[in-house]
Amino acid sequence: MIRKVLALAAAVTGVSALAQPVLAQNEQFLPALVYRTGPYAPNGIPWANGTADYWTLINERDGGINGVKIVFEECETSYATDKGVECYERLKSKGPTGAGFFAPLSTGITFALTEKVPGDKIPLLTLGYGRSDSKDGSVFPWNFIAVGSYWSAADAAIQHIAKEFGGKDKLKGKKISLVYHDSPYGKEPIPALEEMAKSYGYVFKAIPVTHPGVEQKSQWLAVRQDRPDYVILWGWGVMNSTSIKEAAAVGYPRDKIIGGWWSGAEPDVIPAGDQAIGYKALMLQHPAGRFKIHDDLEKYIISTGKSAGKDTFAHVLYNRGLINAMIGVEAIRTAQKKYGNKPLTGEQVRWGFEHLDLTADRIKELGFEGLLKPLKFTCQDHQGADEARVHQWDGKEWKIISDFYKADAEMQDRLVKASAAQYAKEKNITPRDCSKAD
Amino acid sequence: MVEFGQFLEILIGGLLSGVLYSLVALGFVLIFKASGVFNFAQGAMVLLAGLALVRSLDFLVARGIPMPVAILMGLMFAGLVMALTAWLIERFVLGPLVNQDGLTLFMSTIGATFILEGAAQMIFGSDVYPLPLFPTDAWFLFESAFPGGILVNKLDVWGGLIAAILVAGLALFFQRTKTGRALRAVADDHAAAQSVGIPISWIWFVVWLVAGLVALVAATVWGTKLGVQFSITFLALKALPVLIIGGFTSVPGAIVGGLIVGAGEKLAEAYLGPQIGGGIEYWFAYVLALAVLLVRPQGLFGERIIERI
Repeated sequence: MIRKVLALAAAVTGVSALAQPVLAQNEQFLPALVYRTGPYAPNGIPWANGTADYWTLINERDGGINGVKIVFEECETSYATDKGVECYERLKSKGPTGAGFFAPLSTGITFALTEKVPGDKIPLLTLGYGRSDSKDGSVFPWNFIAVGSYWSAADAAIQHIAKEFGGKDKLKGKKISLVYHDSPYGKEPIPALEEMAKSYGYVFKAIPVTHPGVEQKSQWLAVRQDRPDYVILWGWGVMNSTSIKEAAAVGYPRDKIIGGWWSGAEPDVIPAGDQAIGYKALMLQHPAGRFKIHDDLEKYIISTGKSAGKDTFAHVLYNRGLINAMIGVEAIRTAQKKYGNKPLTGEQVRWGFEHLDLTADRIKELGFEGLLKPLKFTCQDHQGADEARVHQWDGKEWKIISDFYKADAEMQDRLVKASAAQYAKEKNITPRDCSKAD
Repeated sequence: MVEFGQFLEILIGGLLSGVLYSLVALGFVLIFKASGVFNFAQGAMVLLAGLALVRSLDFLVARGIPMPVAILMGLMFAGLVMALTAWLIERFVLGPLVNQDGLTLFMSTIGATFILEGAAQMIFGSDVYPLPLFPTDAWFLFESAFPGGILVNKLDVWGGLIAAILVAGLALFFQRTKTGRALRAVADDHAAAQSVGIPISWIWFVVWLVAGLVALVAATVWGTKLGVQFSITFLALKALPVLIIGGFTSVPGAIVGGLIVGAGEKLAEAYLGPQIGGGIEYWFAYVLALAVLLVRPQGLFGERIIERI
């Protein structure tokens, strides 16, 4: 009996050893915190596919990052903070130099890991999500909230609403409601929207929806009774399509709803069918669809059967996964210029992030022209860009309906400075002097 | 008048939402009533039934089968999947645990939950699949009396009708059929039922099959409302306070419990929520359930157990 148990244990151990990536000395280990199951899987899957496909492309087409092969391992978080932290602990020391960086695709997990990464010296890449105040690199040296924060997103949404009304002066007295996921993610835009309500004179109301957002009747009956002039939707996963359906049920016009950029992908509108026609959402700069990079993906990944999931190819969140993976790769490439073409530690990759300068030419060279505008991190600015557009669902596809909106730098900096200073005080952090940063 | 209209709208909406919770709660009641097992896997069974239905429907429609025929065939396929599930659960989970205590059986259903959730997503996919079986628009009633009228969602009314038919059918099944009476005997005592010749494995298969078919009915309504997706499993958590309030053994209790939870949570969210920050409906249902537990532990319609010492 004991022999049988031992044999079974050996077999299981063998299988699990086969399932783990075999790491050689010249390989860069990158963890991928993903959710392919659970309530948020429809949104998590395309992101995970995009990220995996780009890293595979770098290996297949280029032989790695300057010859250093990427070895990545997915860990399923189901969008749960406790599982995310568990994945982080399991993967942070893997590979010859440990994890290069983490990108958890969850504001809740980001909040938890923000407390851990300074001790472990591993950067956090949070593309358009996470702590908005982590834009301040002097207080948050390990966080990189690339391309936009929820505060810059809220600003873009208000700019678009103002444009539809005929100018910011027309916002005075208007009613704007925020229907939000009752979580750190959903609450994040509230300070910015309240701040702008004071400046522009609109009447702001925040309406929470509890996780996962399958039941929203009372919230949308409140919307029906209040009759706001515009609704901003800050949902994720099932909450988005349910909101659109409930809005239709109470007769609220969908073209008076604008979602955040995590409420503007295919899984958010397709389940609502024709009821989603006219619904608008912010874009984290990029749209759905094919660009130059997709030609290489088609050639090296899709046609060779190496894709992590080709059915989401070129969807909004697939493209966002590509951008996420590319920014990480370029940060490593930047760091290699200083530390050499070899696997790098998290601390070295952090230096690469902080000195990353993705110019228009470089973005074009990488095949991302049209997906991303120039992005440049500095010691002080860990956001690197703050522009967004708006697209609208026509029942079949997303159509871009606006130019880029640039966030109000003064308002954003004021909020970031105050919140980061508060965080530094609570955590006894002495902000870095960026004039002396290397 | 405007305030009264709003109150009526929230109350009616809440009551009808509650009936939708009852659809899920009925599956729990059936299995508990017939086997004494609290089936934690009921939410996962709704997901499995919904995925089997919607994926087969998509498959058939894509091959040019007319919609009504495809729906019928899809329902039959999903019914078969639920029958297979019932057989597997009886054969490999419950069968070996005959005469074990309730907690052991409950734990086994937790295990079944994870297997069903994983298998359903692995076989049928983990995306959101629209299932437009019922109308989802609304009526606006009494527009002359109340500005804007009283909104009543058509899907909720469909849900209410379906629940009424289900309750009537189940009541007949339990009271008037030999199998129904055998189910109740097994619930009282597995060993005693076996000793008088009731085939316990067959009875358990039947009860899990009926619960699976109830899950399929719930999936048609909730699938229309949300699209068939993993979040449907969270409905099990919505059904729990319904069961505590209505009683674990009463089919009418599941309906009344649903009505109380639905109306209570919606009114609380609308009138109490703004005072304390909102987002309270999820836990308010449990506050109601706790209040009922304090005064009537067996629920409003549950059987009071008196044991002689």
